[in-house]
Amino acid sequence: MLEIVALTKKFFGLTAVDQVSTRFERGQVSAIIGPNGAGKTTFFNLVAGTHKPTSGSILFNGRDVTGLRPDHVARLGIARTFQTTHLFDNATVLDNLIVGHRLRTHSGLWDVLANTQRLQQEEKLCHDKAREALEFVGLSHVANRIAADITQEERKRVAFALALATDPELLLLDEPASGVNPEETVGLAALIRKLVDHGLTVCLIEHKMDMIMRLADKIVVLNNGGKIAEGTPAEIRRDPQVIDAYLGVDHAAL
Amino acid sequence: MKLLQGKLGWSLLALLALAFPLVTQNNYLISVATQAFIMTIAALGLNLITGYTGQFNLAHGAFMAVGAYTVGILTVDHQVPFWIAFLLAGAMTASLGFFVGILSLRLKGHYFAIFTLCVSYIMYLLIEKWESLTHGTVGIMGIPAPSGIGPLQFGTPLSQYYLVLAFLALGLWIMARIVGSLLGRSFMAVRNSDELAEALGIDLMRTKTLSFVLSVTYAGFAGALYAGQVRFLGPDLASEVVTFDLIMFALVGGIGTLLGPLLGTILVTWLTQGLQFLQDYRMVVFGPVLIALLIFLPDGIVGTWLRRRARRADASNAKQDPTGAQHHA
Repeated sequence: MLEIVALTKKFFGLTAVDQVSTRFERGQVSAIIGPNGAGKTTFFNLVAGTHKPTSGSILFNGRDVTGLRPDHVARLGIARTFQTTHLFDNATVLDNLIVGHRLRTHSGLWDVLANTQRLQQEEKLCHDKAREALEFVGLSHVANRIAADITQEERKRVAFALALATDPELLLLDEPASGVNPEETVGLAALIRKLVDHGLTVCLIEHKMDMIMRLADKIVVLNNGGKIAEGTPAEIRRDPQVIDAYLGVDHAAL
Repeated sequence: MKLLQGKLGWSLLALLALAFPLVTQNNYLISVATQAFIMTIAALGLNLITGYTGQFNLAHGAFMAVGAYTVGILTVDHQVPFWIAFLLAGAMTASLGFFVGILSLRLKGHYFAIFTLCVSYIMYLLIEKWESLTHGTVGIMGIPAPSGIGPLQFGTPLSQYYLVLAFLALGLWIMARIVGSLLGRSFMAVRNSDELAEALGIDLMRTKTLSFVLSVTYAGFAGALYAGQVRFLGPDLASEVVTFDLIMFALVGGIGTLLGPLLGTILVTWLTQGLQFLQDYRMVVFGPVLIALLIFLPDGIVGTWLRRRARRADASNAKQDPTGAQHHA
């Protein structure tokens, strides 16, 4: 589904992502782990189009998407969440989600002024999508709450819903479980599994090893911008290089 | 019920505006109100790009001057009928806005604000120095009043008041449609976080440019109406002071709200008029009032009220109806 070939990003002298090649298979959960500053978020930024790679290529469903603008990448079906979600705090949760499906609509200024049939249909479609996404992440009960008032965990779920409203095939989740307690982490892991069960492909960055080891089908380990290992959780646990660079002995399968 | 409340509020506001000149019978007050409405139209535009789209445009007043000067130059120097000049003023500011927009909107945050401040100053200098076109510091005198449309004549302050009120109503209606639609949601998404908006598939440049062009078109038409009402133009109209006034109007009323610019303009104009007897010392009163307002009502009057209402609706929803019927402010 997503194939990365020798992807490299240099910021002036610093190589943030260095010759990384890997593939993410459809219907799987892939995880990217590594110490802080390993280049994980930069890697996401390259895939999502926020940064243009220095060299290398990105193929999505066989199509070359290297260097495309973020909004273009999103329309092709790659959605992402950020470490922090900026919601409009004065509006309701549902209101925040309606714009999520905007990229699949075509109404322009003229439709707005003339209040065309198309606009009315698309407004309804976006409302329905927002409700559907909210229900999927289990937050229908907070639809009319002010976004400022919801909990950190609910915010994470709203971020998922926003990404889902774009009708994606691939979801890039940047630290989806940061800042939530262990119980809530289990709930979010279950939600990620549910996404995959519904035909989505997920790629996530996360530091919570218990969650990753249970959830991921495949793990890619980055260190200093380069890929040092790749494999199933069981393989990663045994990899001496990974233990050395990141895991330490706690999570190693000794 | 909610809709009725909204409709009722709007009708009340319209009734108040329609009755105002009949109650005062005072030509001076009527023309002050007319000018306040003209400034409101400009502030509505500023509110779209700054309040709803989050791009702090400091050249807004200069675009108003472009609209005004287009009417002034065309009617006085080229004897173009007022309404044709009026339409051209809109077209002129919109196209100028497009080119300024695609250049300046590449910048973000403070950089955009500083860039547009420079654009504003360049436009001011052009108007002041290009004497063969703009009459320089002498200004343009003897601009005709808007010519009559059918049986309607716009020679008196009263008729001008109603003319401007009609344009204000139209401007508000269009703005209400825009910000309540998917298009408005795209603008607000850019304001909340341009990074997130882009990740949601919103074309940043296109969205911001559209908002910018619409916004300065409001300024252009406001300037055109200004030319027809004041009948005299000087380069001071393009100075940054006008932009700062417009920002103040929007902030006091509530930036990023539909009615904020209207309420803010009327309130500030009324206050300025009321303090006129203090002459320049009125700033001594005015400054602290403004600061207090920004400290205690950072969302402006309308913004604060809307937030309270949303919170109350939230609380009552949570109590009786967990799935809730949808509503939005």
